[in-house]
Amino acid sequence: MNVRSEGFQMSDARLSRRTLLTATTALMGLVAAAASARTIQGLPWTGNEVYPPPEVRPGPWLFFTPDEASAIEAIVDRLIPQDELGPGGKEAGCAVFIDRQLAGPYGRAEGVYMQGPFPERPLPTQGFQSPLTPAQAYRKGLAGLAAHVSRNFGGRGIPQLSGEELDRLLTSLEKREVNTPEFNGSEIFDLIFNNTMEGFFADPIYGGNRDMAGWKLIGFPGTRYDFRDVLERPNTRYTLPPVSLIGRPDWNRAGGRG
Amino acid sequence: MRRLPRKDAVIVGLGWTGAIMGHELCQAGLQVVALERGPWRDTASDFNIGTAPDELRYGIRHDLFVRTAQDTVTARNRMDQEALPIRRWGSFLPGNGVGGAGVHWNGHTWRFLPSDFNIRSHYLERYGEGIFPENHSIQDWGITYDELEPYYDRFEYLAGISGEAGNVKGQILPGGNPFEGWRSRPYPTPPLKMQHAQNLFQRATTELGFKPFPLPSANMSQAYTNPLGVTLAPCTYCGFCERFGCANYSKSSPQTTVLPVLMRHPGFEARTECEVVRVLKSPDGRTATGVVYVDAQGEEWEQPADLVILAAYQLWNVRLMLYSGIGRPYDPNTNEGVIGKNYAYQANSSVNGYFDNQLFNSWAGAGSLGMTCDEYNGDNFDHTGLNFVGGANINCSTFHARPISARPVPPGTPRWGSAWKKATRDNYLTTTNVGSQGSNMSYRDCYLDLDPTYKDRLGRPLLRMTFDFKANEERMSAYVTDKMVPIMRAMGAKQIVATPKRGPWNVVPYQTTHNTGGAIMGDNPRTSAVNKFQQVWDMPNVFVLGASAFPQNAGYNPTGTVGALAYYAADAITQQYLKNPGQPLVQA
Amino acid sequence: MRARLLAAATGLAALIGITPLNAAPDNFAAVERGRYLVVLGDCVACHMNPNGEKRGAQGFVGGRPIETPFGLITTPNITPDRETGIGTWSADEFYRTMHEGIRPNGARLYPAFPYTYFTRMSRDDTDAIFAYLNTLEPVRNAVDRNTLPFPFNIRASMLAWNALFFRPEEFRADPNRSAEWNRGAYIVEGPGHCGACHTPKNMLGGDRSGDRFAGGPLQGWFATNLTGDQRTGLGNWSVEEIVEYLRTGRNARSAASGPMAEVVEYSTGLMTDPDLRAIAVYLKEPPAQAPAPPARTPIAAEDDRMKIGEALYVDRCMACHTRTGQGVPNMFPRLAGSQVVQQEGSETVLRVVLQGVRAAYTPHAPTSPAMPAFGWRLNDEQAAAVTTYVRNAWGNAAPAVTPADARRMRELLRDRP
Repeated sequence: MNVRSEGFQMSDARLSRRTLLTATTALMGLVAAAASARTIQGLPWTGNEVYPPPEVRPGPWLFFTPDEASAIEAIVDRLIPQDELGPGGKEAGCAVFIDRQLAGPYGRAEGVYMQGPFPERPLPTQGFQSPLTPAQAYRKGLAGLAAHVSRNFGGRGIPQLSGEELDRLLTSLEKREVNTPEFNGSEIFDLIFNNTMEGFFADPIYGGNRDMAGWKLIGFPGTRYDFRDVLERPNTRYTLPPVSLIGRPDWNRAGGRG
Repeated sequence: MRRLPRKDAVIVGLGWTGAIMGHELCQAGLQVVALERGPWRDTASDFNIGTAPDELRYGIRHDLFVRTAQDTVTARNRMDQEALPIRRWGSFLPGNGVGGAGVHWNGHTWRFLPSDFNIRSHYLERYGEGIFPENHSIQDWGITYDELEPYYDRFEYLAGISGEAGNVKGQILPGGNPFEGWRSRPYPTPPLKMQHAQNLFQRATTELGFKPFPLPSANMSQAYTNPLGVTLAPCTYCGFCERFGCANYSKSSPQTTVLPVLMRHPGFEARTECEVVRVLKSPDGRTATGVVYVDAQGEEWEQPADLVILAAYQLWNVRLMLYSGIGRPYDPNTNEGVIGKNYAYQANSSVNGYFDNQLFNSWAGAGSLGMTCDEYNGDNFDHTGLNFVGGANINCSTFHARPISARPVPPGTPRWGSAWKKATRDNYLTTTNVGSQGSNMSYRDCYLDLDPTYKDRLGRPLLRMTFDFKANEERMSAYVTDKMVPIMRAMGAKQIVATPKRGPWNVVPYQTTHNTGGAIMGDNPRTSAVNKFQQVWDMPNVFVLGASAFPQNAGYNPTGTVGALAYYAADAITQQYLKNPGQPLVQA
Repeated sequence: MRARLLAAATGLAALIGITPLNAAPDNFAAVERGRYLVVLGDCVACHMNPNGEKRGAQGFVGGRPIETPFGLITTPNITPDRETGIGTWSADEFYRTMHEGIRPNGARLYPAFPYTYFTRMSRDDTDAIFAYLNTLEPVRNAVDRNTLPFPFNIRASMLAWNALFFRPEEFRADPNRSAEWNRGAYIVEGPGHCGACHTPKNMLGGDRSGDRFAGGPLQGWFATNLTGDQRTGLGNWSVEEIVEYLRTGRNARSAASGPMAEVVEYSTGLMTDPDLRAIAVYLKEPPAQAPAPPARTPIAAEDDRMKIGEALYVDRCMACHTRTGQGVPNMFPRLAGSQVVQQEGSETVLRVVLQGVRAAYTPHAPTSPAMPAFGWRLNDEQAAAVTTYVRNAWGNAAPAVTPADARRMRELLRDRP
């Protein structure tokens, strides 16, 4: 797989025929000036050039501590409960999704403008203005939440709360009833809520939406790319199963992953 | 800073306008270099069908857009507020990389109405001065629809636009838009197939006395070979247009229409990941002598050139002019100066309909798959007594139902829990939407300048945006949205939720990437930055392309007009300017 | 600006390859003919600068490594540079090189240089090429030509090879055939050297003459069958379709890619229409044909490989090639009835699925769309299944592709652009 290389010059030299040249040796002698920019004439082509996202693998938590993880797992399973319609947030991998997102570029706020100053009271119309990266916001928010729960639920932790208690807690966070100078409950709720929904409906390659549970719930066919047949038959139920970036079970002999 | 060999022309940005201009200049024999601050992008490598349909990466994490750490703007609603940086894109999504916004657009390809171009004199004549809103700065464009018609035609044939003509040389044709300006010939390709929602919309609007017509689309209804010899393939209605690159060559973009020819032109080269930081001027300040750019390693280069074409996104064109001291910056207190003046946006609205027993399958769609009614756009209707200027098109389009962002549930549904889960399942396939795309007038206090506090990664001030929706736009949006509700009712919705546009403008929810103005065109150097050829009044060898030239925004998507203006400017350069370089094409 | 435009125009003349200073008035016609013969011979494809530059003399500076079954051979500089090119050669010496494969210094050339075909060219034509090459700007470019491994680096061994497989012989027209057919025969069998790729080779790299144009594996591709076979050859192609393919690199059926894309870009795409027609007429009525490949029965749709292949095809391929394998004319190749996918060897279709490919560019058909790579996502079994499927769906029939084939192709493609 080719990784896009900067400081790399290229022409449309077709190197396939009768040659074993590597791309780099083939690039000598072309437009030398802007050495670190990529200067392009012709339509570049390199075999196997593709930029897939890294596939989330099962394994230990990469970001969450064990306590954080069990709290998050409990919460995502109340936001999206396991019921007669299908798996809940935990079984669908929402906590794994959030963990891997926080351990990656999203968690580090990579590419996000993070220069100050950060005013105390931005206008509601001015959007996200926190100096914290999502990873920092989770760490701080989950600690605040654990303290809040311990204070208000007799020293217990989130995993020890009943479903009803947890729903009550989440509702109070959502309704901004637990916003104090020390602990901004709605902020951590919004973060977890948004990331949970992302995890439930994003491609399974990111660790959530396991077995395409979110897509199957609503009838989204996933990464299919040709619906000309649907246009021929409007107002008709679609029958093909969803496909993810990783594929689907029919891509393998019985028993393979999908 | 190292100096590179001189070129005939340097183009800043390689999106739609840069590619069109590059091709026209190369055809005229010029040696041209395009400097693009984003990466090279091409269909098979970057929009591989095995990676392209990825909502999280492209739709939510914005992989194709410029990173705010590289460039962003600060925003506020009023001049007495402190602007703060947009740290995460929301309301609009500026593109990045080769192809620019042409890569990730939906493909709605409109012509503005003839009266949009002389809007000030048109309304003045029909309704008198009293119709104009308080504090407005509405101006005529300095160009007429008739002048631009051949260039709309060229862009539409370049991009293979699918549609149904409503007015060919003055003859009104059934099935098309009866309100559109005349066109010299029909669209190059027939309309897309319609989805269930469009069929219901068409029936409902026809019953209500509207004249619905297919939305003109850059998603191909059939394979098409353009005048450059470049072929596009038929659209497969995958629903991954807006925010995504197209994996199967079926959405017009610079990649699928111009670049295969332009990139092989011996007179052309592109340099990617090279960000132009300023335009260089001669000592007398009357001529541009080239540009300075910074490459990916932070190295500065000087690229001398006889012609400088600013073809970046609207915001960045304006910022580059402010950095470079091209034209006089606009001052909202005195209303003098021109650069940054008349920033405008769009006032859109929507009506959601929740249905029983209808399967919309809205994930099967295309960026521009839709039916439109133009009865309440521009001045197609009598504004007497309405107390607003402008209007909006009304459309029912099915362009995606990607589930992270498009899971409508009826009002009153909880946001989570089993009830939410059930409502989401029950409504996902059975909900549809009618939207309006509304004009946005220009105002003295809606403008762009440089931020006093926030700097970019190179230490330069960020662009500052001062903007809000005004009463005129709110009234217009309420009026048009009121016309949409009966349509949705006639379509058979059991529950209807109408959301007209209301201020204050908020940077968070996505609204539209149709930012306009800031380097506007006109017939007078005191009130406009560029003449009708998009040539800078004060610096005749600099041309500024794109929606930065719009004096205010119309009730249509801008790309058709942006493409037409690029061709118009290219013709002016190759047929007039080059005969007498360095001279203004319009005498001030 | 105007002065610069003029300079650009003069520059353009230089690019086309005519350098009037070097061409004496009396041989201008020969030089022009030589320039066109260089197109017919696709000389640039091997002799151009390895960096891809091929304008003017850069098309002939040599140094490009050529892959042969026996190792790499690096092409020589054939610009008229006196020290590193052919500047000191005589027309006689040039003719002998083309006709017999023997350089002025007596060294025997390897048949990677297709003198086994060029031998059929007339002396007039080799003189014209020589005249043309001498109008080029001499470029100093010393090339290390000894890149073959032992024992193939012993040039004397070519003496025996030639005795076995080579007889110097100029082309003789068949009086019973039309002038057009004979012109086609001359191009195909002479300068065009089509058989160099499309006729299978024996163990020693000689043409298997009984298998003329039967196609065969070539540098990780499978050169297609050019016989009249309906399934794998040109039997279903009309003369017009062959002409369109050679001129533009594409037609309603297919698109040139890989080595053939280069042939189209540097050679057939620049030929005259009458010559392309002549080639097509000849290919449709060759003097001798390889026997048809064995008849094939499609692999049953219920076969596991076909079912997996179909799932992959529906999910990833049909958005371009369509559900029924019809493709999009002049854009995405038609797979149903496709000659390319039904070749005996699966090399081309496997390779294209694994690492993608860009179709030929010509000024007539500039799109040159690219097939995306799938090897990063598919395992060997999946790659084998989807290629087996396209080779056996819609009435196609060809041998199954095995996971081992896919694995071998991946290994072959490692480090290849």
